[in-house]
Amino acid sequence: MKRWLFYLLIWIAVAFCLAPFLWQIITSLKSDAAITAVPVSYYPAEATGRHYAELFQRKPFARYLWNSFFISTVSTFLCVGFASLAAYAIARLRVRGSRIFLGLLVAIAFFPPVIFFYPLYEMVRATGTANHSIALIVPYVTFNLPFATLVLAAFFRGVPLDIEEAARVDGFSRWQLLLHIILPLAAPAVATTALLTFINCWNEFLLALTFMTGDSAKTVTAGIASLSGGSSFQIPWGAISAAVVVSTLPLIVMVVLFQRRIVEGLTAGAAKG
Amino acid sequence: MNSKRSSLSDQSFGLMLLSPAFAFLLVIAVYPIFRVLWLSLLTQNLGTGLQPRFSGFDNYVRAFSDGHFHQTLANTCLFAFAAVSVELVLGLFFALLLRRSFRGRTAARTIALLPWALPTAVLALAWVWIFNDQFGVLNDLLLRLHLLEKPVAWLGRGDTAMFAVIFADVWKTTPFMMIILLAGLQNIDRGLYEAGRIDGANAWQQFFFITLPLLVPSIMLATLFRFLQSFGIFDLIYVMTGGGPGGATETVAIYSYNTFLRYLDFGYGAALIVITFLIMAGIAIVIYWPLSRARGAPSA
Repeated sequence: MKRWLFYLLIWIAVAFCLAPFLWQIITSLKSDAAITAVPVSYYPAEATGRHYAELFQRKPFARYLWNSFFISTVSTFLCVGFASLAAYAIARLRVRGSRIFLGLLVAIAFFPPVIFFYPLYEMVRATGTANHSIALIVPYVTFNLPFATLVLAAFFRGVPLDIEEAARVDGFSRWQLLLHIILPLAAPAVATTALLTFINCWNEFLLALTFMTGDSAKTVTAGIASLSGGSSFQIPWGAISAAVVVSTLPLIVMVVLFQRRIVEGLTAGAAKG
Repeated sequence: MNSKRSSLSDQSFGLMLLSPAFAFLLVIAVYPIFRVLWLSLLTQNLGTGLQPRFSGFDNYVRAFSDGHFHQTLANTCLFAFAAVSVELVLGLFFALLLRRSFRGRTAARTIALLPWALPTAVLALAWVWIFNDQFGVLNDLLLRLHLLEKPVAWLGRGDTAMFAVIFADVWKTTPFMMIILLAGLQNIDRGLYEAGRIDGANAWQQFFFITLPLLVPSIMLATLFRFLQSFGIFDLIYVMTGGGPGGATETVAIYSYNTFLRYLDFGYGAALIVITFLIMAGIAIVIYWPLSRARGAPSA
């Protein structure tokens, strides 16, 4: 392939991936008049931060962000913790019943999320946990377990056995061995699974929309979808684009910092699934 | 070595480690599946005063002659097949590009990953804005390029709305396809291309006789994942069109969601989900079972 053609194609691919997001940034910086100008202006004459200020004044947007952050962090922590324990058992211990567990994990991953939402909704109502973060944390932990456990189990299988033997000879108990030797060794794999779990939780929509109806309980995905509500004539496009930019920023930072780990996790997850 | 220095046996220690994850799966994932199955055999709606009444397979019979359900099923199939096939072609193309080494490759890979990592429900709003009939950038660009004579209300007409949601989905999930295929490409032995060149194979022949056949397992894996996901699509369409206009983009996930929460027809909503799942599993098995047998590819 000609060199210039190759670079042209790369630029087209990059532009395709970035364009919708860049357009949100430009829109969010325009004044309302400029947003509804025809023909469309591609470079705002003057940038304004008004929509960003509005976002935090009119809607409890900071609250949405905090809810998403809190729920995603707690869910990730619990999920990766439980998954590490289970993965170690699957990879290293001969446990009767672990094949059933493994089969269950893989099977669950194949069901579309919409199957679970109504029974979970019943449970949320029965326990009175609607609008409480636990209503999302519990399912988020559960539905990320298959991926997290399978990836971590694959990693544990790769840890050399002699390390465990040596630690046992040194008098480590099973728990000490797991917590002080194996888990620190698995730190890179744990980080990868945690990243992907966090992204999944942050992006979840169906359950957040259904369980978090109170404005102060919403996560960003559910909150932003409600921004567009109201009358169809007065859709606040400036505020929406500002919301899109702010709510995706944490993820963009994560992707830029941890691109390699995320790719590793995705590939491993697919291969193990 | 059989030094059972510690007091715990493999079995009891292992069960201890498995139990938290197992408990979560059982209560939060397995119970709901059985609950939906049971619910699908009940009639519980406004007609019964929201009280459950056992009605056997009535809900299934009803779905059989529910024209709206058939419509949403057709929409879902169209969406899934169109989206996944375009994503496969585009993802393969991106993967082949990013496989080469060039300056800025890491940056390009990072950018290519972004659409996948961003929340679908949020980016769906970005697409609504792009497809806006009056102020949307897509209409503006097409008008400037003289590809359109007057603005199109993309999300206001059935066929263009379906095109719009498929387009947005392609943008969102092509990165996933690309990553899996890129990993598959990197596993191909470079020596094969060397040998191919010596035998006089040109670039196209190398692609069709070396790259593509060796990539089949990755392709199957990626498309299976994406097929299952896109068949249950909810968030993107819910935000972009709400299933409209006139049900033209309504998928079964949205129809059953509405059956539960808007029409309060719980038994029927459950039956719709069960049928959908069976159809989805059926399609997946028909497509992938023979392929996985023939290829000996990794099965689930």
